[in-house]
Amino acid sequence: MTTLGFWIYLMSDCLIFAVLFATFAVLVGNTAGGPSGKDLFELPYVLGETVLLLLSSFTFGAGVLGARASRKGQLLLWLGVTFVLGFAFIAMEVHEFGALIHEGAGPGVSAFLSAYFTLVGTHGLHVACGLLWLAVLMHQVVRYGLDGIAQRRLACLSLFWHFLDLIWICVFTFVYLREFL
Amino acid sequence: MSDFLARHVRKAMQGIADPMRPRLGGLARLLSLGSTSLLAGCHLALFDPKGDIGMQERHLIVLSLGIMLAVVIPVIVLTLFFFWRYRATNTKATYAPEWAHSTRIEVVVWTIPCVIVAFLAVLIWRSTHSLDPYRPLASDVPSVRVQVVALNWKWLFIYPDYGIATVNELVIPARTPIDFELTADSIMNSFFIPRLGSQVYAMAGMQTQLHLVADQPGTYLGQSSAYSGSGFSDMHFQARAIGDADFRQWIEQAKASPLKLSRDAYRSLAEPSHGYEPTEYAAVDPGLFQTVLNQYMPAPKDGQFCGPALPGLRAQASWATAKPVNE
Amino acid sequence: MLGKLTLDAIPLHEPIIMGTLAVVALLGAALLGAITYFGKWKYLWSEWLTSVDHKRIGVMYIILALVMLLRGFADAIMMRAQQAMAANDAAGYLPPHHYDQIFTAHGVIMIFFVATPLILGLMNVIVPLQIGARDVAFPFLNQLSFWLSAVGAVLVMMSMFVGDFAATGWVAYPPLSELGYSPTVGVDYYIWSLQISGLGTLLTGINLVVTILRMRAPGMDLMKMPVFTWTALITNILIIAVFPVLTATLALLTADRYLGMHFFTNEAGGNAMMYINLIWVWGHPEVYILILPCFGAFSEIIAAFSGKPLFGYTSMVYATSSIGVLSFFVWLHHFFTMGSGANVNAFFGIMTSIISIPTGVKLFNWLFTMFRGRIRYHSATLWTVGFMVSFAIGGMTGVLLAVPGADFVLHNSLFLVAHFHNVIIGGVLFGCLAAISFWFPKVFGFTLDEFWGKVSFWCWQIGFYLAFMPLYVLGFDGMTRRMNHYSNPDWHPWLVVALCGAVVIGAGIVAMFIQFAVSIRHRHAHRDLSGDPWNGRSLEWATSSPAPFYNFAHIPQITSLEQHWEDKVTGRAYSQPDRYEDIHMPRNTGAGFIISMLSLVLCFALVWHIWPLTSASLVAVIVAFLARTYDRDVDYIVPAAEVARIERERYARLWTSVSSLELHPHRAEKAA
Repeated sequence: MTTLGFWIYLMSDCLIFAVLFATFAVLVGNTAGGPSGKDLFELPYVLGETVLLLLSSFTFGAGVLGARASRKGQLLLWLGVTFVLGFAFIAMEVHEFGALIHEGAGPGVSAFLSAYFTLVGTHGLHVACGLLWLAVLMHQVVRYGLDGIAQRRLACLSLFWHFLDLIWICVFTFVYLREFL
Repeated sequence: MSDFLARHVRKAMQGIADPMRPRLGGLARLLSLGSTSLLAGCHLALFDPKGDIGMQERHLIVLSLGIMLAVVIPVIVLTLFFFWRYRATNTKATYAPEWAHSTRIEVVVWTIPCVIVAFLAVLIWRSTHSLDPYRPLASDVPSVRVQVVALNWKWLFIYPDYGIATVNELVIPARTPIDFELTADSIMNSFFIPRLGSQVYAMAGMQTQLHLVADQPGTYLGQSSAYSGSGFSDMHFQARAIGDADFRQWIEQAKASPLKLSRDAYRSLAEPSHGYEPTEYAAVDPGLFQTVLNQYMPAPKDGQFCGPALPGLRAQASWATAKPVNE
Repeated sequence: MLGKLTLDAIPLHEPIIMGTLAVVALLGAALLGAITYFGKWKYLWSEWLTSVDHKRIGVMYIILALVMLLRGFADAIMMRAQQAMAANDAAGYLPPHHYDQIFTAHGVIMIFFVATPLILGLMNVIVPLQIGARDVAFPFLNQLSFWLSAVGAVLVMMSMFVGDFAATGWVAYPPLSELGYSPTVGVDYYIWSLQISGLGTLLTGINLVVTILRMRAPGMDLMKMPVFTWTALITNILIIAVFPVLTATLALLTADRYLGMHFFTNEAGGNAMMYINLIWVWGHPEVYILILPCFGAFSEIIAAFSGKPLFGYTSMVYATSSIGVLSFFVWLHHFFTMGSGANVNAFFGIMTSIISIPTGVKLFNWLFTMFRGRIRYHSATLWTVGFMVSFAIGGMTGVLLAVPGADFVLHNSLFLVAHFHNVIIGGVLFGCLAAISFWFPKVFGFTLDEFWGKVSFWCWQIGFYLAFMPLYVLGFDGMTRRMNHYSNPDWHPWLVVALCGAVVIGAGIVAMFIQFAVSIRHRHAHRDLSGDPWNGRSLEWATSSPAPFYNFAHIPQITSLEQHWEDKVTGRAYSQPDRYEDIHMPRNTGAGFIISMLSLVLCFALVWHIWPLTSASLVAVIVAFLARTYDRDVDYIVPAAEVARIERERYARLWTSVSSLELHPHRAEKAA
């Protein structure tokens, strides 16, 4: 029941991203004399971010397998790896944003950059929330063991994490890759 | 027909009211108030249009309402009738406590609205195309162009063919199609002269179009019908439709005005104000409308372009303290 | 340190606001004093503020709505008075700055903090009872949803006394709502109150969908679901589908105002038309979100009081579902005058008129439910018939507005204002008031006073036509909405009549509160001992009134669409079980209340740009939420003996005070 509820929540979250993608599509050409995506984006760097996130989905899966087999240690180890990968992703994104703002291509420059920062930033914010959740869940597993509640929350977080991966693939394709096709 | 009715009602009222005035003054006043409101009812702007577009729209409203009333009135009557007929105290009425389905009735109740909507759909498709505000009006007379800029909070009308401009006063030749091109300086408004017909939004950085015609000379109220801030209620103007000769004369008169609408003059005109007095300008900066339209466009890198042409035009600093100019 | 907040934020120079503040402060102090005097703080905390019982949360939603109705109505009567005075460009008594906030607040309050909580409250109370569940799927989340909505309402109320409210109209179109043209905190109050209450609404939507999909009593397949639950299901699916759009749209506006972005600005490539599209992608389904549960309530009421099953149940289900689907394809009819091409306008016009097909079918079905019935003239049936008449008119004017050619002259006019009040008062409000008078005994155990209920009905009915028919006329005369003053003297008499109508509606509201007071006073005389005061048909009437906190001692087995009716007919109803089982229930918690109060601080800090407080309260909200996830003691067991005791008392009441014939009307009829 909780998983169904959370899944429905993810669908509604998906709609938020749908709005942001639609907005991005409308505003992508409105660079208002400022730089366009092609001027700004570095594909190899973003590819690095993508690899980190995809890898983290994989390690999360490994953790879930551990939980299924009731191997607490295996679960914690893989969740720890997932956390590190997710954190590295966020760090790279923050660095990318910082660099853009430093170059004078901040979110206030043009409608295109507003849409870009908001779309990518909203995804980043979700990942950051996911990291906090991950940390809390690991602590709860240590403290209370792998009980029914932990299993349920792990299932929800797993949905969330893979969902964010999916969103990122769309971001990567429609925001970054599009500019270079 | 409504005028006919109104005339008769008025006559009848006079006949009743006059001899009785000494004794039944209050009643007579009440009755005459009733007849005045009835008269007013017959002169409702949308039912008494003065232009072809408005006429077509009146026809459309009456026709659509008529089609729908054909169902709505029976439904209301049946509702009240069933409610009365099958009241609990009426033990003579049939009571069918188990009855809850009838394929025949179901088919009928789905069919009726479907048929009505099918009628309406055809009506909508046709009328929406024929009344499209962007569609130029067919006429033997060459049309007159008017460029409309919604300012805070007044209307600027530029006559590009004559090189003049007005504020809060629209003068047009009757029986001549008018081609409006609309934009706004900052906030969205809607340009609406009820007695002539359709309205269209005026939006910053965008140009919309509207085609209207006045069938007879007269003075009609024009207004903004999209709320745009504190001076919104004062954004009304008189639209005067006059004969051709009068119009030519009026052009000459406007050209004699001491005022000229340069870019500087426009900049101070665009400052927010309430209740701006009607004003005429003898001359207008020729590219003004285009400049207003393009003001939010970025300057292309080669520097050819004029924007942002009117810096400070949006006058944000004085926004909160805008005062009526006529105080 | 305090951001934009200074002492100047309190409008000391506005006598109307200061007077209101004094009254609110006095009433508040009196209320707090009374709670202290009667020693009810502990009761209030442990039985209400921390409650996770869906019925109590529903009641709190409705109380919130009724309190906000007073505020929204005060705004309405001030607007009507202003327009009745401001003919010939007279100033009236409200300057534009104040008047513009009032009509914005009126719209926001009536939609978000009256209609929405009424609907959510009703669904909360009724849905679990109708499907034979003991609570909703996520009781704690339900509590959190309610308190988040309440925080939104508090923010709107605060804006009156500290700072100002948006003066933009209730959908806050940019560029007017952008920082350059609305530099005060008004729009920020608007944004945060809608965001926080919208979050609450979204969570409720998820909660109720899962409840309906997963917690129906065994045997209740989808086509055995009572029609109110069906409408609730569709409404909550719509909530899930469109509230995220509202959240995202307002977030983009927030980004413009707080972070200097350019989504909807004129400058730097922003696109205000995008906001207008997005807000109506949410906004149009929103009105169906509000009306559908009312359709459900009317369906239940008309069947119960006609003594017949609802005519065409299957039709009703399909009509409701198709309205839900179609509501996504009509949003553009809110701006036919933007200059979209004729093809686009015609498409959306036709789609809009297509919605009137299922709606029309519903009207016919109610009509044929009354046909060959035995209609009892209770105030609930009066509301229903009042609704059917006014909704027929409102639906017709709505379809007229959907004809683009007609909309070109009626758009933004008082005709439009009359139309949506026609459907929202005549549909949503009448529906909720009918539903309250219908289901009140189920929650409180006594019926409402009929005399004052009927007084209220007639005042609303007469007042409504007096107040809004003149607006239709004014719309035909080209008068636009939101005018602070106007030059045309012909409009004046109509506006005076409309003011009179508003006063009569005010009398209806007063009568409603008198009705509550009188009913509470005479509650012992109006006790509902049977649990089934109207000879009802669906499951909620099978349990006692008031329903016990666990709703049903035994989860019922469903064999029929009208389970309770069938049980009464077959004589299975009211058979006392021999033994009871332990019942598993959620435990009360203060977490939802605390998290919401911290969110209130967060929103206030955001409105006023008080950044240190923003960070602190954001951390506090997160910590409070996480603390809740560490709480392992979230439910408890009601022992079978306790259930048996409560149920024994119930059956004792039932048998001693009511003859068995009254409980079995069918037998009574057959005997007669």
